[in-house]
Formats: sequence, C-alpha cells, structure tokens
Amino acid sequence: MTAGHLLAAGQAESTGASVTFWILAVISVAAGLGMILARRAVHCAVLLAVVMLSLAILYAVAGAPFLAFVQIIVYTGAVLMLFLFVLMIVGVASKDSLRETIAGQRLAAGLAAIAFLVLLSLVIGHAAIGPAAPAGIRYGVSNVRGLATLIFTRYVFPFEVTAALLITAALGAMVLAHRERTAPRPTQRELSRERIAGAHPTPLPGPGVYARHNAVDFPALLPDGSPSALSVSPIIAQRASESEEGLPAPPLPPGSAAALPPGNGEGDAERQSAGTASASTGPAGTEPGEARP
Amino acid sequence: MTPSHYVALAVILFVIGAVGVLVRRNAMVIFMCVELMLNAVNLAFVAFARQHGNLNGQVIAFFVMVVAAAEVVVGLAILMAIFRARRSASVDEANLLKY
Repeated sequence: MTAGHLLAAGQAESTGASVTFWILAVISVAAGLGMILARRAVHCAVLLAVVMLSLAILYAVAGAPFLAFVQIIVYTGAVLMLFLFVLMIVGVASKDSLRETIAGQRLAAGLAAIAFLVLLSLVIGHAAIGPAAPAGIRYGVSNVRGLATLIFTRYVFPFEVTAALLITAALGAMVLAHRERTAPRPTQRELSRERIAGAHPTPLPGPGVYARHNAVDFPALLPDGSPSALSVSPIIAQRASESEEGLPAPPLPPGSAAALPPGNGEGDAERQSAGTASASTGPAGTEPGEARP
Repeated sequence: MTPSHYVALAVILFVIGAVGVLVRRNAMVIFMCVELMLNAVNLAFVAFARQHGNLNGQVIAFFVMVVAAAEVVVGLAILMAIFRARRSASVDEANLLKY
C-alpha cells in the first residue's frame, strides 16, 4: 500500500466523518427542537431517544467507541426506558397545558435563550479550538484499555465515590417510591360486604357493542339504546377526550369520565376487569379492593 | 471534522435543553430536557478529548453518565411521590412551599 492509497483512505474517512456529522447534527437538532415543541410527553421521550442515538453515533465517529456503547446501553436502554415506565404510570392522566401560567414567560425564555446562545457562541468562537489530534490507537482498538487504565489509576477515587453515589441513589429511590400502608389490609369478608353494600354488586358492563365494535374504548349500549358510561375505563375515556381535535371523536357519551364517582374510578375499572375475568370471590376478587384508597 | 464543529453542535443542543427547561410545565419533559443538556455537555467533553489527544475527557463524560443515571432514578422517584400526593405531573401544582 502506497502513501497515495493511505492519503486516499484518510480523505475518504474524513469525508465519511463529515457526512455523518452533518446528517446527525441536523437530525439531532431537529429532534431536540421537536422535543421542546411536542405536546405529549411520550413524543418527547421518543425524540430524546433519537437525539441520544445520534449522539452515540457521533461519539463513535469522534473516537469514543466505548462511550458510544455506554450511551446506547445506559442512556437509551436504561434511562429512557425508566422515563417511559414512569410516563406510563404518571403521564396517562396528566396533560400538558398550553396555557401560559406566568405572563410573558415564553418571550422571556426565548430572549434568554438567544442571549445565552450568543454568549456561548462568542466564547466558543474566541476560544480558538485547535484541530483534532492525529487519530491514534487510543481512539480505536485500545480505547477501552486506555479508559480502564485511567479510571483505575488516576480516577480511582472518583470511581469509588461513584459506587457510593449509586448505592445512595438506589436507596433513595426505594425510600421515595415506597408507600406506607396506613390502614390495615381489608379482609375478604370486609371486601365482600363492601361490594354488596355498594352501588354495583355485580360486575360493571363490559365495553363494546359486539354487532359493530368490540374495542375497549367503545361504550356498551344499554337495553334502551343509550351508551353506558360505566362500561369504559375512565382513563381510556379521558384519553379519548384528549385526542386531537381533527379526528372524529369516538361516540362516547359526553362527560363519561365525570359520570363515575370521583376517586372510585380506578377501583371500578379494576373491579370490572377482575370481575369479568374471574369469579366474584377468590384470590382475584380481593385485588380491586386493595387498589381502593 | 474539527472539534469546533462538535462543540458548536453541543452548544446548540444545550441551549435547546435550557429552553425546554424554561418553557415546559410538565416535570417529565423538564427532566428530559435536563438529560438533553447533560448529553450536550458529554458531546463537548468527547470533542475536547479528541482535540487534546488524550482520554481524560472521555473519562469525565463517563462519570457524567453515571451521575445522570443516579439523578434520573432519584428524580423520577420524587416525581412519582409528588404525583401520588397531587395527581399531577405539572410543576405548577407543587406550590406548597410558595411563600
């Protein structure tokens, strides 16, 4: 292999790096802008995944293959999945209001962002960042070895502190997510008494009109032809009412979520699913009462 | 590709994350924007490591990732605790400490 071949290979590699950088820069900036513009939090999470995967590829191009894999495994794999899990718990009933609660906040935020961007651009522009160091072996096959040498020699004390931090974070998450049981656990006798004494001793009607739909968001029809609000889970009804205005709304009765007694909605929904799936007594029958506050 | 391009991209992403923190009202989205800012800083660290020709910046980026993971775990647990008490993920609802 001659020097010309080496030069051509180097040129091709830098061209490939440039093309990769420009494509990924456009993708990641667009996804970041979409993240702060998207209304639903789930869309934000997906766009954040796009940004993180783009940055992982950029790490690999910039000579950090180990960090690229850590980025994919830790950020995209663990952190973002944790975000999605919590979104499934928290975000179902939460909607992001477009109302400005502080007057002029968006304008002030935009001005501050522009000022911040100008400031950082001036600093970066005056910093005269030099060209990249020649691509050595430490950015390729021996990247992991070089990182391990640094972590376990020079940065061994921060590494140990990191272990303490992770243990503290795990303990803190367990403490914060723990819910103390304030009332004693209801027995099966109390649950059955409560059920007979309540408004609905029987299971709630199942959703869907079998002649036309059997979807869970479609209310069942009562014998007089009116839709039954009790047959649709209140969370699904809320989601359907939150859906886009352009879409034709499913034929839900108005205020179907409000027709249920407040605070009792989750227990009713779970009782419905448990009641249709199993007999009214038995181990499955005790579950809905536990979910009731 | 010079490292200044990477640093410029990191600056843009950082500003986008800062705008998101300032503008959005949903605590989950605010967390995601903080993660975006941390990622942007990581990109700058990797670029500076490439410029200086050693691996110190990559080690720092690695530590930033560890700290970000711990922060997300505790932050989401706090968010779930707030959601249990307030039934809302909006930062406007948690105003008990407001004068």
